[in-house]
Amino acid sequence: MRGLERELEEMREYYGSGKTKEAAWRENQLKGLRSFLLEKEEQILKALKQDLGKHHIEAFRDEVGTLLKTLNFALESFKKWMAGKEAKLPRIALLSSAEIVPEPLGVILIISSWSFPFGLSLEPVIGAVAAGNALVLKPSELSPACSSLLSTVLPTYLDNKAIKIIEGGPEVGEHLLQQKWDKIFFTGSEKAARNVMSAAVKHLTPVTLQLGGKCPAVLDSLSSDWDREVAVKRIIVGKFGASAGQACRAIDYILVEKDYACILVELMKVWIKKMLGENPKETNSIARIVNKQNLSRLKNLISDPRIKESLVWGGSVDENDLFIEPTILVDPPLESEIMTDEIFGPLLPIITVDKIEDSIEFISSRAKPLAIYVFTKNQTLQRRMVSETSSGCVIFNDAIVQDIAERVPFGGVGNSCFHTFSHEKAVARRSFYTDFWFRFPPWTIHKLQLTDRAYNLDYVGLLLVLLGLKRSKRTYIKL
Amino acid sequence: MAGEEPKNVFDAEAASSLARELRGTFLSGKTRSYEWRVSQLKALLKLVDDNEQEIVDALRSDLSKPPMESVVCEIGLLKNSCKVSLRELKHWMKPEKVKTSITTFPSSAEIVPEPLGVALVISAWNYPILLSLDPVVGAIAAGNAVVLKPSEISPATSSLLAKLLGKYMDNSCVRVVEGAADETTALLQQKWDKIFYTGNARIGRTVMTAAAKHLTPVVLELGGKSPAVVDSNINIKVASRRIIAGKWGCNNGQACISPDYIITTKDYAPKLVDALKTELETFYGKNPLESKDLSRIVNSNHFGRLTKLLDEDKVSGKIVYGGERDESKLMIAPTILLDVPRNSLIMNEEIFGPLLPIITVDKLEESFDVINSGTKPLAAYLFTNNKKLKEQFAKGISAGGLVVNDTTLHLAVHTLPFGGVGESGIGAYHGKFSFDAFTHKKAVLYRSFHGDAAVRYPPYSYMKLRLMKALIGGSINGIIRALFG
Repeated sequence: MRGLERELEEMREYYGSGKTKEAAWRENQLKGLRSFLLEKEEQILKALKQDLGKHHIEAFRDEVGTLLKTLNFALESFKKWMAGKEAKLPRIALLSSAEIVPEPLGVILIISSWSFPFGLSLEPVIGAVAAGNALVLKPSELSPACSSLLSTVLPTYLDNKAIKIIEGGPEVGEHLLQQKWDKIFFTGSEKAARNVMSAAVKHLTPVTLQLGGKCPAVLDSLSSDWDREVAVKRIIVGKFGASAGQACRAIDYILVEKDYACILVELMKVWIKKMLGENPKETNSIARIVNKQNLSRLKNLISDPRIKESLVWGGSVDENDLFIEPTILVDPPLESEIMTDEIFGPLLPIITVDKIEDSIEFISSRAKPLAIYVFTKNQTLQRRMVSETSSGCVIFNDAIVQDIAERVPFGGVGNSCFHTFSHEKAVARRSFYTDFWFRFPPWTIHKLQLTDRAYNLDYVGLLLVLLGLKRSKRTYIKL
Repeated sequence: MAGEEPKNVFDAEAASSLARELRGTFLSGKTRSYEWRVSQLKALLKLVDDNEQEIVDALRSDLSKPPMESVVCEIGLLKNSCKVSLRELKHWMKPEKVKTSITTFPSSAEIVPEPLGVALVISAWNYPILLSLDPVVGAIAAGNAVVLKPSEISPATSSLLAKLLGKYMDNSCVRVVEGAADETTALLQQKWDKIFYTGNARIGRTVMTAAAKHLTPVVLELGGKSPAVVDSNINIKVASRRIIAGKWGCNNGQACISPDYIITTKDYAPKLVDALKTELETFYGKNPLESKDLSRIVNSNHFGRLTKLLDEDKVSGKIVYGGERDESKLMIAPTILLDVPRNSLIMNEEIFGPLLPIITVDKLEESFDVINSGTKPLAAYLFTNNKKLKEQFAKGISAGGLVVNDTTLHLAVHTLPFGGVGESGIGAYHGKFSFDAFTHKKAVLYRSFHGDAAVRYPPYSYMKLRLMKALIGGSINGIIRALFG
């Protein structure tokens, strides 16, 4: 590990040479990433199956597919993002030009997570590289096949002098955090995030932290059968179809009106069977739990007798196969762990409220979630949700699909990702002409008046003062 | 003693109760309305307008700041900030529509700016009005509740701010806490939704450490050694005046973006020194210690620090102008030093005072290496007519902000983000950037129940995979091909 300091020094030198700032370099790296995804798709999907038991199609949809979209968007847009932006100037600003020039930050540390081992690793890499930075990526050791593929195969597609992939667990993470970085991009738990931000203090390193939370889905009573079915299908995919609920943006729990709860539960049972099969374990339609530790944690959430009372579907756990079947609960006690901690698994509590509007208070009295999913056609409810709750994002009538909308700033996708890895440098230019003599001491009341008028962009007032036609109101100032 | 009231100490309990109270007010939704924000911004404007004399007096008391500087650099800039916000607020508050793609068709999306919640603003002593109220303008414009902690090193201003904000602003949402290290520590223990700090890197680290406990995002406006590179073949008279205005004209060098030191060629240095001497005498007279147009050094601590820089053995002989000091008045005259050693104290910490070292190099291009060998500064200045040099400068020097052929002016342009990079800071503000600094940009996606692509759902099939690939690729042909095999 001592080699790490030397490696980083070399990387910094290489970055200092200016190579990574060149448009051609950035384009080559982005193309290299794209080739990796296209040529190694089979290995990638296999690694995801191995680590998380993800079905090929879920894996493609959520990891490979979305990455390809981001890459294509970055490739067609990065030159535009690189260009400086002019800043508007008032006439009297005396500056001949002003612009905002984005420049790379330097050497970035990206720490990824296991729930979407490719997506959460490579999305920030795309942003960092498009912005002209060098970087070190540390994938999660809890998804070892994916981590290994990233560290052995991906480097063959990229410039290794500027991009390094380092495997390892918490000790490696700690050691990395002690080094000097120009930015740290972290995806993971709140607890680990505190560690990251505290370590960043040493070098005043700016950080971007992608955490989680309990993402609620609010289901309004929908009148048409079609709408109801679509909503339920999307909820099922948004929970069980997303890494078996092990995703920061997966639906954590549902809020629904008391009277509607039974309908919801019945519809869910029907569609779970239709979509995930009679025996999801056999059909492999939902992912596995990542490891024994998390399986135990999830098992404990539903082992409490008070929780068992609220179980209406599923609940069986196969420890050897690391499999938990889709599980639904109705109104578990709000103080129970399943309702206070982020679930991150295929257990879906349904909380009933008297009126659907009560869900607003329910959500805003708790910690801000990463996403809120609201299924409703009621425009008033939509408006209130947006303005009376606070969350990373709000999706109406769907769940999770935001990864596919690249122009919207969800979790570092697209333009906002480039921006995250850039310093927007202000550059102002003047000529040697046009100086306002009243800018300089010795100070007189006359100069003060002139400056005051100039400040207010009061060109007429300025003229009047110059002509001696305006008296100063500031009698208290003796200059 | 009997009948004596215990002094009101602002401790952790008081801080916690304050944070709780403001959070309650914020959650009531009061600060979100356009009307509330406008009323507070107008109140701030009125506060400054009605009390200009008191403000100038307080600044004179704390810093002996010349009234001209107070009116122009503090009051003027603050009023501008309020006016820009009032003018643009409706526009800033509007959600921004964004394009969506075929994969989420049909859908619409927008970015909705929402306030973060309760902000803590910790201010500095050198521009105590501006650096306290400018961030508060941003916090209010963005719809937050805010607590301001002014610097105790400028006590008259701190006390005036507490009095005036208490009188003019909505106290259920905007509060001032006066005090020093203890009070600041108590505040930093609480959970805030954003902390905005202006000051030095050492305390900046303390602030960030405290923020890390609650994962609170921060803006840190710090400092550094802002260099001014001076080429030959320029209008040296104009350049000198602008350097002087940015150095001694800004609180006698006690400003985060004052040119800290100069780099020029060996050949040009004498000419530059002469020009500076001439202009300095025009501005401040033959007896600058007596000039009414210079701020004093803020306190004896800093006075001692600065004289130590001057009196260092290898440096004291390098003074080519000035060097006079009057401890009773806490005044140090504008001082220029030529060719101080690179390892001297004065070249290894931010000066923040009226001392200007000039470093010489053989070729001007070497100046870039000198600058890049240090930490990234808050600002960097270049005086030249050479187009290529200007380009190299803009591309090759990393700093918060760059100005060519002048100093410090970029601070006054509200369309430019003002902030540091690396050791000089995190985040930026001014104009819309202030609004953004205290805003969460919430993404909102609206989908309909129509256009449901079964492609997304299990049970999964090869056909669905092909269609999905085509959809993600976005090409119509691809989609048609996938649909019809």
